[in-house]
Amino acid sequence: MEENTQNTTDVVIIGAGPVGLFTVFQLGMLKLTSHVFDTLHDIGGQCTALYPEKPIYDIPALPEVNAIDLIAQLQKQIAPFKPIFHLGQQVTEITKNEKDWLITSSTGIQVRAKAIIIAAGAGAFGPNKPALKNIGDYEGKGVYYSVSKRESFKDKRLVIAGGGDSAVDWAISLADLAEKIYVVHRREKFRAIPENVAQMKSLSEAGKIELLIPYQLESLEGDASGLKAVNIISFDQEKQVKRIESDALLSFFGLSARLGPIAQWGLSIENAQINVEPTTCATNIEGIFAVGDIAHYPHKLKLILTGFAEAAQAAHAAYTVVHPDKALHFQHSTSLGLPPTEA
Amino acid sequence: MPTITFVTVDDKKITVEAKSGLTIMEAAKEEGLPMTAACQGSLACATCHIVVDESWYDKLYPPSEEEEDLLDTASDLTNTSRLSCQIPLTEDLEGITVHLTPIIE
Repeated sequence: MEENTQNTTDVVIIGAGPVGLFTVFQLGMLKLTSHVFDTLHDIGGQCTALYPEKPIYDIPALPEVNAIDLIAQLQKQIAPFKPIFHLGQQVTEITKNEKDWLITSSTGIQVRAKAIIIAAGAGAFGPNKPALKNIGDYEGKGVYYSVSKRESFKDKRLVIAGGGDSAVDWAISLADLAEKIYVVHRREKFRAIPENVAQMKSLSEAGKIELLIPYQLESLEGDASGLKAVNIISFDQEKQVKRIESDALLSFFGLSARLGPIAQWGLSIENAQINVEPTTCATNIEGIFAVGDIAHYPHKLKLILTGFAEAAQAAHAAYTVVHPDKALHFQHSTSLGLPPTEA
Repeated sequence: MPTITFVTVDDKKITVEAKSGLTIMEAAKEEGLPMTAACQGSLACATCHIVVDESWYDKLYPPSEEEEDLLDTASDLTNTSRLSCQIPLTEDLEGITVHLTPIIE
């Protein structure tokens, strides 16, 4: 377990997607150490969270590779450099001191580094929230995007919204515990494991779950103490509204990316991308670089391929920030080899 | 060069001459219209969600199962909602009108 301790490294990388991971390698070849932060609990960014099973065809020398396998290979490739990962937390604050940066995360982890490389892709992933008025007022007071304590739903009336695995799995899991479960989905088909969909349907025949199909969320009702009711509207020409008295709404509409705290750091940002100087990936702030999908310059191609090259550019540029007085004696990996791995 | 009319969230009509072969998402991005399109057309999100004018909806190829699955995650879904990255602009679509949806912050 990580403690609230302070660490020191050469470079902090924000984002553990393919480009962030390869940045560890490029830094490592220049003998620079790194720590990597990511809001997700697993490495891999979009490759892991959004399309793990999709084949990628445009990685040089890999005619076809599934996104999840690309991440596994990168993990193996960077292992010799022993990166330290801080997962499941967002970098919330960066402060410049005389000699270095202090990077602080949402869980209180602090790391000191000479340079920062932002490889945050489309932004940090969080729950994709339904566009309902006042939803923010009920978050944590009846509206939830994940289940942290199953027991807290004991004898409660729950609305579960969404048509994916999370909606189906939690409907099944909470069916015995809750007083009543309503599942709201806009069409007959659920994009979930068929056996689980079948189990949910049989629970609905037994009266444990009520399936409200085709409906979608329309509005929320409640007061300062929390959610009282969820209004839903039929997803057809009828537009029939139903009011469901409920203690909680579990909203499962997948993930969406937001730039988050990065937008507050004084970086030059346009359309959720950071402007960089393409040959160094330097941003407008000295000591901060950006690579991969989040980095922008004229004619930028948002490809993993491009991001890998940017990782190398940024690593070389970061070297002069970490070691301002030291000449960089460059050696190709063929001459340099890799650090010895411990047996 | 099909003409396409985008109706913005605040009800402004913007008509553009789009290059044939682009998708509606690409035409919107090229025009600099507000649209996230986070996954750039790789069918991994729903942030290029548009509402197709009802008179045009049936003229489009129906959505694939993958597109339907992603539409499940879109906000303010309607019966004529589509992902704009899945609609290539052809001469048949000359004059089509589509409505942009709010960008989710």
